Amino acid sequence: MAKKKKKVPGLNGSSMADISFTLLIFFLITTSMDTDMGLARRLPRPPEPDQEDVMTDIKSRNILYVRINAAGELWVKDEISSGQAQLSELRNRVKEFVKNENDLSKLPEKHVKEIDLLGRCYVTDKHIISVQTDRGTPYNAYFQVQNELVAAYNELRNELAKQKFGREFQYLKDDEKVAVRQYYPQQISEAEPRKYGGQQ
Amino acid sequence: MPEMNTSSLPDLIFSILFFFMMVTTMREVTLKVKFTVPAGTELEKLEKKSAVSFIYVGPPTDNLRAQMGSGTRIQLNDRYAEPREVMDFVAAERKGMKNQAEQVISIKADQKTQMGYITDIKEVLRKSWALRINYSATHRN
Repeated sequence: MAKKKKKVPGLNGSSMADISFTLLIFFLITTSMDTDMGLARRLPRPPEPDQEDVMTDIKSRNILYVRINAAGELWVKDEISSGQAQLSELRNRVKEFVKNENDLSKLPEKHVKEIDLLGRCYVTDKHIISVQTDRGTPYNAYFQVQNELVAAYNELRNELAKQKFGREFQYLKDDEKVAVRQYYPQQISEAEPRKYGGQQ
Repeated sequence: MPEMNTSSLPDLIFSILFFFMMVTTMREVTLKVKFTVPAGTELEKLEKKSAVSFIYVGPPTDNLRAQMGSGTRIQLNDRYAEPREVMDFVAAERKGMKNQAEQVISIKADQKTQMGYITDIKEVLRKSWALRINYSATHRN
């Protein structure tokens, strides 16, 4: 049986490239590569049912009010001054307020605090920045205010980090970061939204 | 003239394909609202994508405007929702997560949204103990 061995014809692979191209294009369209960025914030814990209004027990020198009205205009008030403000002024106002460099009696009170790595410090850890908005405030105005507040804290922390550790905040070790955060804790309070038209 | 050997072309394209499959994420929802997020300077990257849930806020997209009007809407998953439904959404999202304590809610809201909607959402988020939030934004200098 000397049958001639039949050769199996090879599969034509020339269209493989086209198929994989189609797959590639499908994935390019249905997926997204965007890295999501955003302003990270932490909300306060939900209020206990019998909790009193804590804002009433705080000395007025410790509070910086930032109000944004429905037109997106800013109104900033502390013990020194109150009135309309521009967004560009806000950062320095907040820095001045939180830092209270000269221990003024109209800016937040300072306490002695024992912090690891930094030792005994005079810090304004009782200060509060109260952000109030109206229901009609544009989101962008609110976001820019939040951005400026975070920027103010970041600048203060950077200054401290450079002064104490000789590096910027983001390059610090974890325990050093904790120390700097304790020196300048972020204390932003957002009042309950004002409701109009009585109870629903 | 000898023809170029293209037998390795499919392999090449396949490797590109796999690269893209690795670095990209599937678009999970079809957007029913359109929004332009605000621009900020102090942004952080959203890490741990598996622990992030998105809430979209804005006016309906152009093709849906005829039926839905142009008022601000909240989108959860693939449909419009009321602020109070956010609580169920958060709970459902949390159930499917491995690291539940690290849950982050990213709010993608249009710049012109009125704060009333945002504060409503934030109140519900507080009540449902989803305290880590992220205001989605683009970077500006």
